[in-house]
Amino acid sequence: MIELENVAYSYGGGELLSDISLKLAAGSFHFLTGPSGAGKTTLMKLCYGALSPTSGTLRLFDKDVHTLDRDEIAQIRRRVGVVHQDCQFLDHLPVKENIALPLHVSDRSNEAETGDIDDLMHWVGLTDRAAALPPELSGGERQRAALARAVIMSPDVVLADEPTGNVDWDMSQRLLRLLIELNRMGKTVLVATHDLSLIRATKSQVQARVLRIANRRIQLAGADL
Amino acid sequence: MLASRDRHADRVVPPSGFTAQLTLFAAAAMAFLAVFALALSLASGRLAARWGDELARSATIRITAPQDQQSAQVEAALRILETTKGVRTARALTDAEQQALLAPWFGADLALDTLPVPRLIEVIEDADGMDPAGLRLRLAAEVPGAVLDDHSRWRAPLVSAASRLRTLGWTSTLLIAAVMAAMVTLAANAALAANAQVISVLRLVGATDAYIAQAFIRRFTIRTLIGASAGMALGMVAVLFMPGGNDETATFLTGLGFQGWHWITPLLVPPLAALVAFLATRMAARRTLETLT
Repeated sequence: MIELENVAYSYGGGELLSDISLKLAAGSFHFLTGPSGAGKTTLMKLCYGALSPTSGTLRLFDKDVHTLDRDEIAQIRRRVGVVHQDCQFLDHLPVKENIALPLHVSDRSNEAETGDIDDLMHWVGLTDRAAALPPELSGGERQRAALARAVIMSPDVVLADEPTGNVDWDMSQRLLRLLIELNRMGKTVLVATHDLSLIRATKSQVQARVLRIANRRIQLAGADL
Repeated sequence: MLASRDRHADRVVPPSGFTAQLTLFAAAAMAFLAVFALALSLASGRLAARWGDELARSATIRITAPQDQQSAQVEAALRILETTKGVRTARALTDAEQQALLAPWFGADLALDTLPVPRLIEVIEDADGMDPAGLRLRLAAEVPGAVLDDHSRWRAPLVSAASRLRTLGWTSTLLIAAVMAAMVTLAANAALAANAQVISVLRLVGATDAYIAQAFIRRFTIRTLIGASAGMALGMVAVLFMPGGNDETATFLTGLGFQGWHWITPLLVPPLAALVAFLATRMAARRTLETLT
């Protein structure tokens, strides 16, 4: 799905990530952890083509990102669902339309009329909030709406960057359960979080691998978690 | 692209009240001005053509001589004209015609024969035109009292003034189009900047640049089309009610307007304005989107 080979990324003032080699296989579940500023978000952005590596090879769905034009990047985003810590919406459209947005932009508007979206809204527990505007949602509701929007296209990969950053423990657990369900349905999931207790609480439910970014490099964390 | 299959593309960009009205107003004002610039260009073009064309085809010979020699000199001049290359017809004006010409100044009951009024010969040239200098030489030799006036002395500056006016009119029309493009570009850039979050959300969920640009392009093109149509309509009404003159008193000022098929030209203003807006917004959107991830 997503392959990084000796990837490095620098923001101009020195390298943030060096020599990263990583392969996200289909159906895998990965946690990405590390201190703030270590480059978790940068790595996530590399994975959905928002950034291009400054060196090394990055393949998204077997295509080298350096060879992709802007429209091909857009096509890839339809196969990668992204949830940010501070997820953004179109604030003037109700939640339901925001969740259906990926369908509209990819010319599949007619699917927004079917019952699938209602099932999805029910799955994330937002059925009652369908007509609300995004600014009216609580932190947890925003995260769940973002998750629903990320998966409505039935993507192959779900990337979640600190999805539990703004929500309480119960809501974190609930979001994680949704991500685990997605993984059981065959999606590749990568969750960036600095919250180790969340990782521990999840390990019993899913075969997850934990990646740690330290000193600009990525390493597979051991069983010490 | 504009006849969108997907109304949703329109809704993804939030409505913007104030800038929308500014765009409408500016488009209307520009179209109004464009109608006048067109009227000016076309009217001065007509004038230049008429002055250059009709007046160039006629000349006058004035014969001032003692009464007893006058008719002999007129006949001599007419004989010369008959053999002059480029002259189609030449005839002496009758007493009645001369009287009519003088009536505005001396009154209708003027007795011509009591005054030493010069005789006038009207010369109509053919398409090739005549050689005024050659004619003057021949007249000077045989008809000492004849003076040829080929109107060029006062015609030339009028024709060049009218041509210059026409050039200015067309330049103004082009400038108006350029200002319209600049105005739409500024408004589109402002809209793109104000909607940076919308654009980043759309990019994140897999929208192509074309889809995102479409929402802005549609909006500005339609706004400009509506504004320009209103401005054009007002401009045409204003031109229509310009006080006109009849054929004899028509001067440049009263002739400022459209004639015949020229009435169609202002109708081209709104579609052209919309085209300008379309291109300007598309360029602005492409430029902005290419800087984003």
